Amino acid sequence: MAEAQDLQKLAEREYEFGFVTDIETDSAPPGLSEDTIRMISNKKDEPEWLLDWRLRAYKRWLTLEDPAWAKVKHPPINYQDIIYYSAPKPKKQLESLDEVDPEILRAYEKLGIPLLEQKRLAGVAVDAVFDSVSVATTFKAELEKQGILFCSFSEAVKNHPDLIQKYLGSVVPYADNFYAALNSAVFTDGSFAYIPEGVRCPMELSTYFRINAANTGQFERTLLVADKGAYVSYLEGCTAPMRDENQLHAAVVELVALEDAEIKYSTIQNWYPGDKNGKGGIYNFVTKRGKCAGARSKISWTQVETGSAITWKYPSCILQGDDSVGEFYSVALTANHQQADTGTKMIHIGKNTSSTIISKGISAGHGDNTYRGLVRMQKGADGARNYSQCDSLLLGDQCGAHTFPYLEVQNSTATVEHEATTSKIGEDQLFYCQQRGISEEDAISLIVNGFCKQVFRELPMEFAVEANNLLSLSLEGSVG
Amino acid sequence: MTTPILEIQDLHARAGERDVLQGIELTVAPGEVHAIMGPNGSGKSTLANVLAGRPSVDVTHGKVLYRGADLLGMAPEQRAREGVFLAFQYPVEIPGITNMYFAKAALNAVRAHRGEKELDAFDFLSLAREKMKLVEMDEALMNRAINEGFSGGEKKRNEILQMAILEPTLAVLDETDSGLDIDALRIVANGVNSLRSADRSMVLITHYQRLLDYIVPDVVHVLSSGRIVRSGGKELALELEEKGYGWLEEAAAG
Ligand SMILES: Nc1ncnc2c1ncn2[C@@H]1O[C@H](COP(=O)(O)OP(=O)(O)OP(=O)(O)O)[C@@H](O)[C@H]1O
Ligand SMILES: [Mg+2]
Repeated sequence: MAEAQDLQKLAEREYEFGFVTDIETDSAPPGLSEDTIRMISNKKDEPEWLLDWRLRAYKRWLTLEDPAWAKVKHPPINYQDIIYYSAPKPKKQLESLDEVDPEILRAYEKLGIPLLEQKRLAGVAVDAVFDSVSVATTFKAELEKQGILFCSFSEAVKNHPDLIQKYLGSVVPYADNFYAALNSAVFTDGSFAYIPEGVRCPMELSTYFRINAANTGQFERTLLVADKGAYVSYLEGCTAPMRDENQLHAAVVELVALEDAEIKYSTIQNWYPGDKNGKGGIYNFVTKRGKCAGARSKISWTQVETGSAITWKYPSCILQGDDSVGEFYSVALTANHQQADTGTKMIHIGKNTSSTIISKGISAGHGDNTYRGLVRMQKGADGARNYSQCDSLLLGDQCGAHTFPYLEVQNSTATVEHEATTSKIGEDQLFYCQQRGISEEDAISLIVNGFCKQVFRELPMEFAVEANNLLSLSLEGSVG
Repeated sequence: MTTPILEIQDLHARAGERDVLQGIELTVAPGEVHAIMGPNGSGKSTLANVLAGRPSVDVTHGKVLYRGADLLGMAPEQRAREGVFLAFQYPVEIPGITNMYFAKAALNAVRAHRGEKELDAFDFLSLAREKMKLVEMDEALMNRAINEGFSGGEKKRNEILQMAILEPTLAVLDETDSGLDIDALRIVANGVNSLRSADRSMVLITHYQRLLDYIVPDVVHVLSSGRIVRSGGKELALELEEKGYGWLEEAAAG
């Protein structure tokens, strides 16, 4: 009984990062039409081919419907109510961080990510996306020395159109799904990175996203290309201010790894999850996919998903090159009325390709947590291997956990292994910790962190600490 | 007279649907070691759980004083921080958290409560190493997840290690000797004996008089159907070994 109450409180944790930054915004009127798309493209001074691509995506989108198969519930979204373009008004071209709007910097500070500090710290280059336009990019010169390109998507369109034209839509075609088509039509900005042949990126590339202006759909586009033998570790982390209206976020992330290249993509997603009655919160409908195009290439996704009202997200790997490797490590926490339908797709095409899936779902309160994963072994995937492990941890008895593994094996030499467990946080475990002097709150956080260990150890060091803190923070003030 | 470490008065408790404890009386003075024996299901672990504050056991009547203060009013972690330690009959496994990390978190929780400085990883390691020697525990076990995949004997030894690290005032050992081989029994007993002191008390729950050859108790109690039906010196354990519990249960019933 006491336990149920504690877990109730735990589930009702308040969102720490809810605040709205007050800056002037330059917004389009709500609604979506060819004109809106032309306006976005025009504002961004884009080449003709890109506008054409957007318009084709838009026409395709008109023929598609919201996917209904995910185990999530929400009222229908009126796409004509959404503002598709919003940018902080640039006062002038920014040369250094000192010129960034102090309001924006203050917002970052509240989030515990002071850019100025980060610049000095640990060699992390930060491309900060504030709403839809990049306001600061650091460490660029250092990266340039190695021939590494790391910039906002818009800049990349201007300065490296050949690369964009070559790779945009090569992993996630605009017709891929409803949200990907929408994103392709209206994306405003995002990040681009290119690591040239044989270069090992000397620092973690990192982007902090912020959703800010009210009623603004966010349509980020990220493209990372690791050329032959290159290595990059990319960090994506985000938080959003508290507000009542639901906000749609439909990003697309494309990764391309050529021969012997390796991409490690880590995400901490902590967007506003809605209040404890399920009001508000971000709808996070994201398409993330990587292509191991070359032999012996490797793509590794690690995600810690604690925010958003609804998460719909399946970071996937297309294992095309022989001996290529795909990995997916995930922690998804749903509390209050949060819903998550997340997982991965591992598409084995090349010979001796291998993939690993480790998924940890934590549900509390009325949270609903679904793992949905596809492992496909295609005809030519001789000797391919997959190992999947999906564990669910339940806190309380009003939450849900579901596992939907899909297997398609078209090659008899392929091996597939799947393990799944569901457990409740045990009274025995809690009591054992308390008997050693550890408070119930700390004990829950300890047990939950232990449950997530396999995933956390895949995160870069500084992110692992953040992830630990984030879960502990989420559980803080929740018991006692 | 000095205040007893533990004073139990007419304690009744329910677990599940059963009235398991039905009027326990027990007083343990500082420095004393008491052994509690008794048949399976008589309520020994339930008593230990009441002392440690397990939420699933309901105290329906009676009083428990710890160093003169009301023990039952304290939260389980508060009891632990005040120096009450329970070596579990069945220690649980907690995946993903190393034994070392856990022991450090526990010690620092206790130290913080006492107003002492928390130990950093380095200082804790040297302390832990010293205690590991005491119970002849391999350091490899410290870097594994708490009790995960530990053998029965390793789990018991781990309990004693934690006790040695936390240096409690009242230690309750619930069948720590069960499942130990002869060498492990000696090691555990040494660990316990090295903690014996004038201001620390222990309650040993055991089925075997063998343990009491190594750890000589001041008093032996027999718990039967939720009541202490006989108390005596060390000889009582020998007598039980010979005659079993039947004669006492009959005497108690009659
Ligand atoms: N949570 C519970 N629900 C139902 N019954 C319980 C619960 N806890 C204890 N009991 C019952 O209470 C009785 C006493 O249990 P307890 O574990 O205290 O015995 P014990 O003396 O320690 O026995 P053993 O020597 O086998 O360890 C047993 O019959 C047990 O089944
Ligand atoms: Mg017992």
